[in-house]
Amino acid sequence: MMRTLRSKLFIAALAFTACGIAPAADVVGAGSTFVYPVMAKWSADYRAATQTKINYQAIGSGGGIAQIKAKTVDFGASDKPLDTAELAAANLVQFPLVIGGVVPVVNVAGITSGGIRFDGAVLADIFLGKIKRWNDPAIVALNAGLTLPDQAITVVHRSDGSGTTFNFTNYLSKVNATWRSGVGEGITVRWPVGIGGKGNEGVAAYVKQIKGGIGYVELTYALHSKMSYALMQNAAGEFVSPNEESFQAAADSADWDHAQDFNLVITNAPGANAWPIAATVFVMMAKQPKNAENAKAALAYFDWVFANGAKQASALHYVSLPAKVQEQAKAHWTQSLKY
Amino acid sequence: MQDALIAAAERRAIRDARHDLRFRGLVATAGGFVLLALGGAALSMLWGGWETFSTFGLDFVTSSNWDAIDQQFGAWVPIYGTLVTAAIAMIIAVPASFGIALFLTEVAPTWLRTPVGTAIELLAGIPSIIYGMWGLFVFVPMLAEHVYPWIDANLGQWPLVGSLFAGPPLGIGTLTAGLVLAIMVVPFISSVMRDVFLTVPTRLKESAYALGSTRWEVVWDVVLPYTRSAVIGGVFLGLGRALGETMAVTFVLGNAHELSTSLLMPGNSIAATIANEFAEADTDLYRSSLIALGFLLFVVTFVVLAIAKLMLRQLAKREGR
Repeated sequence: MMRTLRSKLFIAALAFTACGIAPAADVVGAGSTFVYPVMAKWSADYRAATQTKINYQAIGSGGGIAQIKAKTVDFGASDKPLDTAELAAANLVQFPLVIGGVVPVVNVAGITSGGIRFDGAVLADIFLGKIKRWNDPAIVALNAGLTLPDQAITVVHRSDGSGTTFNFTNYLSKVNATWRSGVGEGITVRWPVGIGGKGNEGVAAYVKQIKGGIGYVELTYALHSKMSYALMQNAAGEFVSPNEESFQAAADSADWDHAQDFNLVITNAPGANAWPIAATVFVMMAKQPKNAENAKAALAYFDWVFANGAKQASALHYVSLPAKVQEQAKAHWTQSLKY
Repeated sequence: MQDALIAAAERRAIRDARHDLRFRGLVATAGGFVLLALGGAALSMLWGGWETFSTFGLDFVTSSNWDAIDQQFGAWVPIYGTLVTAAIAMIIAVPASFGIALFLTEVAPTWLRTPVGTAIELLAGIPSIIYGMWGLFVFVPMLAEHVYPWIDANLGQWPLVGSLFAGPPLGIGTLTAGLVLAIMVVPFISSVMRDVFLTVPTRLKESAYALGSTRWEVVWDVVLPYTRSAVIGGVFLGLGRALGETMAVTFVLGNAHELSTSLLMPGNSIAATIANEFAEADTDLYRSSLIALGFLLFVVTFVVLAIAKLMLRQLAKREGR
């Protein structure tokens, strides 16, 4: 009796495991860590709605690009767009997915979130090591009425390669000629000064530890770890706060119409209310995938994300693409991806 | 009858010889596997780093310019950081471990020896990431607020060595990494030392005591010479760990590719650089440079161990053994 019960249980367990494995292969994606929180949320909701499992590995933007070029994944995600030549060489199609933002965070006694203002030139000079103390006249000029301590500035940057760094250095290159010629832009650069933390959480931890520290992280990390972020002066001359509205304004005012293959970095966007260090996450897919079924399923997922993903994005401080850009992206993939 | 016995004995001898041969082959394979693994690891890293060595040549080791955008890679900063943090760790850990082992074997009351000995073994089992987090969240703020300002104000003014100790008290930097490493390797070195100190025959020690030696003289003139090679072995076990430690160092070293004379300033180490940058190394030359760094760590460790062996041989020769 006991034995039959046990063997029945065993068979039931086997059948159960088999069920878990049996459905069509998961859609696999890899890349940007920046997009991981919202991607995980979307995947969970999408699975609940459609039974299709999206398996996304946050291995970093560079890794995502390498994997989709090797066609070991169904889609890659990167915070840095590829240009037309590189896309053509690897036979890839690229479209934007979602918008987020990078914010400068500071650790200075008495300064709360939004309590300090920077413009691009001053921010670049701080990261160049030209501005060394918090009471430097250049910072004081932007912050009339704020008492700034005579304290050394300690710059904190990323020690690992990162799309966050790419967008941040891209912005500094656009607003400061010395930065452009001396340091440049990239997922990792030769930093003139400062210490490196691994990942957004590493930078956040260092800035919180070091009095007089300044770093840059995604907005979500700044809010989660309750750090003081700065207001930035944008291209229109306005001081704006990092939030969904200003990220949205950056996405809206960016010139998507003239960007071939969506190769556009939306930092320093012209809109009056635009956050100057907004960042786009791009998806790359192969024109001739190894598994066309999965590629098709991935497109269906992105279609669902465009239609239903705004709520989850906004809960995690991301912003969905403007409707016009979503239409352009869909039109682009329908035209170039024939599975 | 007797013939049968002899035949049986012969058969047995033949069987034994055969088994002996098989056993020999088996253990020789096991031993050879070590060489194979070592050689394979070294060669594959040399192979992977070949592009870098052929591009930069000796500059890869001597240059301190590490620039992923311009594809210029020089490894001097991480090499220097690795050597300096390990040196700081050894300067602190070796005397401390010696003291611990001495206390546990010669001085401590018997009831205290087991709990303290067990505590040391438990310390050795703590994963390095725990040391890293503790270092960053507890040790770094403490040093930054209470210790480094004092060091900067006092030692920083000394002639010659002053520049080693001058700088803003960030709390994160080469000296902090060395201190955390010291705490990490103390359990390794001290447990080896304690074990070998216990192997010294009581007769030897008692004779020395009988001749009127103090405790220190017994330890210095009897225990230490008797166990010297094992003690140095333990020290190099600790050094090996300090050279290759990754996570704990990454947390507190600052990961900056900047060469700085001050020990209070951030630096970089070979293992930390590899761990930080491998995932996003997007060009062949970049990846090759990181693998080449791994090969250099291999070489550095090998050279350090070779020097240790030479030192031991030198010592033995001087004693006329």
